[in-house]
Amino acid sequence: MNLRRTMATALRVLRQLGHDPRTLIMIFLVPCALITILKYVFQGDGHTFNSIAPMILGIFPLIIMFIVTSIATLRERTIGTLDRLMTMPMSKLDLIFGYAIAFSLLAVVQACIASAVVLGLLGVTVLGGTIPVLIGAVSAAFLGTALGLFLSAFATSEFQAVQFMPAFILPQLLTCGLFIARDHMAKVVQWFADVMPLTYSVDAMKQVTLHANWSALLSRDIAIVLACGIAALILGSATIRRQDG
Amino acid sequence: MSTTNKNAVEIRKLKVMLGGQVMLKNLSADIPSGKIVGLLGPSGAGKTTLIRTIVGRQKIASGRVTVLDQDAGAAELRKDIGYMTQSPAVYYDLTVRENVRYFASMRGLGKLEAEEAIGYVKLTTNVKQLFRTLSGGQKSRVSLAIALLGRPKLLVLDEPTVGVDPVLRKQLWQLFGELSLRGTTLIISSHVMDEASHCQELLLIRDGELLASGSPKGLCERTGTRTVEDCFLKLVEGKKL
Repeated sequence: MNLRRTMATALRVLRQLGHDPRTLIMIFLVPCALITILKYVFQGDGHTFNSIAPMILGIFPLIIMFIVTSIATLRERTIGTLDRLMTMPMSKLDLIFGYAIAFSLLAVVQACIASAVVLGLLGVTVLGGTIPVLIGAVSAAFLGTALGLFLSAFATSEFQAVQFMPAFILPQLLTCGLFIARDHMAKVVQWFADVMPLTYSVDAMKQVTLHANWSALLSRDIAIVLACGIAALILGSATIRRQDG
Repeated sequence: MSTTNKNAVEIRKLKVMLGGQVMLKNLSADIPSGKIVGLLGPSGAGKTTLIRTIVGRQKIASGRVTVLDQDAGAAELRKDIGYMTQSPAVYYDLTVRENVRYFASMRGLGKLEAEEAIGYVKLTTNVKQLFRTLSGGQKSRVSLAIALLGRPKLLVLDEPTVGVDPVLRKQLWQLFGELSLRGTTLIISSHVMDEASHCQELLLIRDGELLASGSPKGLCERTGTRTVEDCFLKLVEGKKL
């Protein structure tokens, strides 16, 4: 791995998005719009909204980054740029981490905007403070990017790639504890949730909402989310082949 | 380098499989250093597979391919080979300059080398244009510029003149000639037999096998034909008998 090549790759990915402002605007504004809608959905129950809005901040960035990254890397395979890059003196990790850095930077901006809306405009209160919310949201987005990079290797068409979201992310969304506390779920579902990374992203947001201090559980949650992200990146680089056949 | 090899590429009894299908069978050929070598054959003959094997992107089932005295696919070769894929493997949502500069940095090169490569393909006035807004011919020139980055010792170009207008095609062949005079070995594939006249050496390929190799003139003399196209046809007929 080479820092110059990794950064050049990150810059290249950001430049591509810079030429595509509509995508950028959607990355930044769609989460805000959705959470705002939710505020009015829960108009009669402000207490519930206050407890789920931070959890949503741990979910939406993951979903959006997952979709954007999986399409971006699939495109890299189909238009042949990956083919070309693999004949050049660059490491696979330069490519993978370049993507991860670029999308994580986007995630920072996205998380700042979304948190400003949720904590400012929508008046949601979290005991843990703003910074832990940002850390949780950015970790979630990083995990989404890493999972997108990894899973896109198994898609041979765009149709498949977009379906990986409902196939791999929605089951986690259903079981992560957003709809109902996990200890009310069937045992099998609980076991499933225990080994799924999104559970810990949502759990981290719960910790931030309920506790004024940075708890040990919060550290554990964030560590699990980041570790899963890094593992997915490494597995992702293993899916890139120097040679076919 | 020990015995300065006069062959840039040596292919011995090469067999390549792709998706369970035999793409190249028992193919042996030499590609002399510093020459323009044309890889001719109808589409589906195995030209792209052979090219991908030479640049190290395709696994070898059996046999051996040596490139610049190393086994094809060796990491040390990556800085010495310029590869232009058949479809323009370039980012559609970047400008010409951003594309060439990015690939330059992947080769460990800087802005100067990027501008030099853009100059070679005469795209200096289009540097700020988005790749997706370019014409077909301009697109393949960007792809060529990326292959030319850093003046590699071996240039492997998969159908570089497809969709290029006659004036530019002439300029490109001129450029290839200049590069070859400077000692670059060029492997250029084409399914258009007319292009053979620009090459010093030819490999005629069909159904994953080498039909014949030699200079265009030599091949025509051997088969008693006037054009490479006729020569190719005669060789195919001869095989059937």
